[in-house]
Amino acid sequence: MAELFGPGDQVRTSRADPPHHTRLPRYARGATGTVVECEGCHPLPDLRARQLPAGPEPVYAVRFAAWELFGDGDHAVTLDLWESYLCPADTEGRR
Amino acid sequence: MSADHAGPAATLAARVRHLEALLEQRGLVDARELDRALEAFLARASPANGARLVARAWLDEGFRARLLADANAALPELGLSMRGGLQEQRLKVVQNTEQQHNVIVCTLCSCYPLALLGPSPTWYKSPAYRSRVVRDPRAVLREFGFVLDPAVQINVWDASAESRYMVLPRRPAGTENLDEQALAALVTRNGLIGVAPV
Repeated sequence: MAELFGPGDQVRTSRADPPHHTRLPRYARGATGTVVECEGCHPLPDLRARQLPAGPEPVYAVRFAAWELFGDGDHAVTLDLWESYLCPADTEGRR
Repeated sequence: MSADHAGPAATLAARVRHLEALLEQRGLVDARELDRALEAFLARASPANGARLVARAWLDEGFRARLLADANAALPELGLSMRGGLQEQRLKVVQNTEQQHNVIVCTLCSCYPLALLGPSPTWYKSPAYRSRVVRDPRAVLREFGFVLDPAVQINVWDASAESRYMVLPRRPAGTENLDEQALAALVTRNGLIGVAPV
């Protein structure tokens, strides 16, 4: 499956606050980070939890600076995020 | 969050029990067979597995490189695998260095490499650990009695999807004369999670 992003790409996470199950943690919404690597393809849990059809899509390890997520801190946080949660950081794309 | 999570989890557990009862009733599965499979999995699931991987990685640079590059492919070298559950899970081993320390968490639930670390400790599943370690890992480590050099950068890995993580701690100084078994005995479960130095 074609991957939209590769290591080093800057991405921004969705700001959406969906009423259904999601695995984009609240603390990492609307944040800009750097793709570390692609971890393979898996169906989007947001669709699966609602028993909707879900094909596999790329999941990425994405690293964020703590100050980007929390406004302070000198550490980094790396999350595993489905491609649907991400858009290129330099666009106004919304998901 | 816990209310959101308890609902579907409780429903799912009830559904699994019902399904299991139906399968047994119709003679499609044997309850003893299921128990045996679960027991066999849990009997093999132990932090001693993670410790063996760490000791081998400390002694064998080639193995360490293979473990860091593709842990699932390296595990069978020690007779281990991530295939204990319904499907093989991807394992990512993250290495502590002089500059960088790694800590593992699952902020959304309690994802954990059971096969290599055994059943997870209660604190790992607590809302306090899950919410605080991403926000202020240095303070959380201090509460575990682990004061990390302020110059060392911390990277917290939130296992929010399908990968599971294990920390490869730094080999303690003064252990040059120890063999693989003695080195493995130094490695603790907390070290494999990243809340202890080793």
